[in-house]
Amino acid sequence: MLTIVDYNAGNLRSVQRACAAVGLTSDFTSDPESVARADRIIFPGVGHAKTAMDTLVARGLDQALHAALGRGTPILGICVGAQLVLDGSDEGPTVGLGWVPGQTRRFTPREHHIKVPHMGWNTVHVERPHPLLEGVQNEHAFYFVHSYYLDPADDRHVFATSDYDGTFCCALGRDNLFATQFHPEKSGRLGLALLERFARWEGTSC
Amino acid sequence: MLTKRIVACLDVRDGKLAKSVKFVDTRDIGDPLERASLYYQDGLDELVFYDITASSDRRNIMIDVVEAVAARTFIPFSVGGGIRSVEDATKLRLAGAEKVNVNSAAVQDPELIQRISQAIGAQSTILSMDILRVEACEGTPSGYEIVIDGGRTRTGRDALAWAKQGEALGAGELVVNSIDADGTRDGYEIALTRMIAEAVGVPVIASGGAGKPEHLYAVLTEGKADAALVASMVHFGDYKVSELKRYLADRGLPIRMCW
Repeated sequence: MLTIVDYNAGNLRSVQRACAAVGLTSDFTSDPESVARADRIIFPGVGHAKTAMDTLVARGLDQALHAALGRGTPILGICVGAQLVLDGSDEGPTVGLGWVPGQTRRFTPREHHIKVPHMGWNTVHVERPHPLLEGVQNEHAFYFVHSYYLDPADDRHVFATSDYDGTFCCALGRDNLFATQFHPEKSGRLGLALLERFARWEGTSC
Repeated sequence: MLTKRIVACLDVRDGKLAKSVKFVDTRDIGDPLERASLYYQDGLDELVFYDITASSDRRNIMIDVVEAVAARTFIPFSVGGGIRSVEDATKLRLAGAEKVNVNSAAVQDPELIQRISQAIGAQSTILSMDILRVEACEGTPSGYEIVIDGGRTRTGRDALAWAKQGEALGAGELVVNSIDADGTRDGYEIALTRMIAEAVGVPVIASGGAGKPEHLYAVLTEGKADAALVASMVHFGDYKVSELKRYLADRGLPIRMCW
């Protein structure tokens, strides 16, 4: 059973439907105890980072997520969910959960034709192997929609990158945490396959 | 590398797929859900549904269509037609639409764009513009005018100015639909698309006139569009989505070819 963290940040039902399409059952919860006890957690998010972080804290979900991370529960962050695992975000600005050193920064295009938000299907390059990225090849594209990007301080946490006005991190992780800037739930069959791998993942990096 | 998107537009009337020629004479050509699934499996990058249902009491049919599509396709899709309030937009988002399109209602009440953008985010707020070629004059210096109500009503509003205003109000993407080209299958209106794409900092979807793969190539290169919208050319079976993508990829455009 997958537990999807409900904190008013985006369309949880898209994630749930995508899980259902590959036979995975999931539940939403905004109850900190259920999150702390969950077997497997999806931490999604769309929208404003500071608003999202404030809601997490107000509901006590930040502490519940800390507890789950500490217990070794496999956690998948998506989009704003991925951004919030860093120390902080320039969007707000706000502090993050601080699980991975680094900051979320705004795209500031050097060239006029670069548009923000970065919206559409972009190819993903695997920088270091990870069970959740198994089978992902350089020509594989995933769906992105974001104006801020992940900037982890340490390359060790960078598992995949993408190019948009330069190279940026699009998948990061440590221990039982993995997080993507792209949306697996909107990335067709390749995205669904990543969700399937997450459902089988034991929470170790290699 | 960010790829160029192929977007299929499904006009839905009373829950059925319809196709219009120059915005008149619409005819039903099948089940939107079936088409959406077919295109999804054939590599389509994005879907747009326009609800052209006349009466508002039938709008719930559209919610049903959106929910059914969301359960079967896992690519982004947007919904437009008759969106007049934040509540309309939120309902469609909850039903599973990634983005919503506003059009006529935003022309009459530009702050609608701002309200929707604040509620669901700029990335989910698309401004769709139906545009008619006119003589350049004081009111329409760009030579293009915004029309509403499915092309029936002229507004006197300059298309280029409206595109910039829409972006400033919080639209995260623009659909540039040429009324002159719509349904002709003679090609997109390149000059119009390019003029707007060069003037704004958000992605532009070109719409109206697609009939041949060359048309898509032209609008995605010369026309500077980020995405090309297709309808008749795939709905009537002349081309498969995968054929269009193969053609564009073979000509060197960045296209998503693994799905």
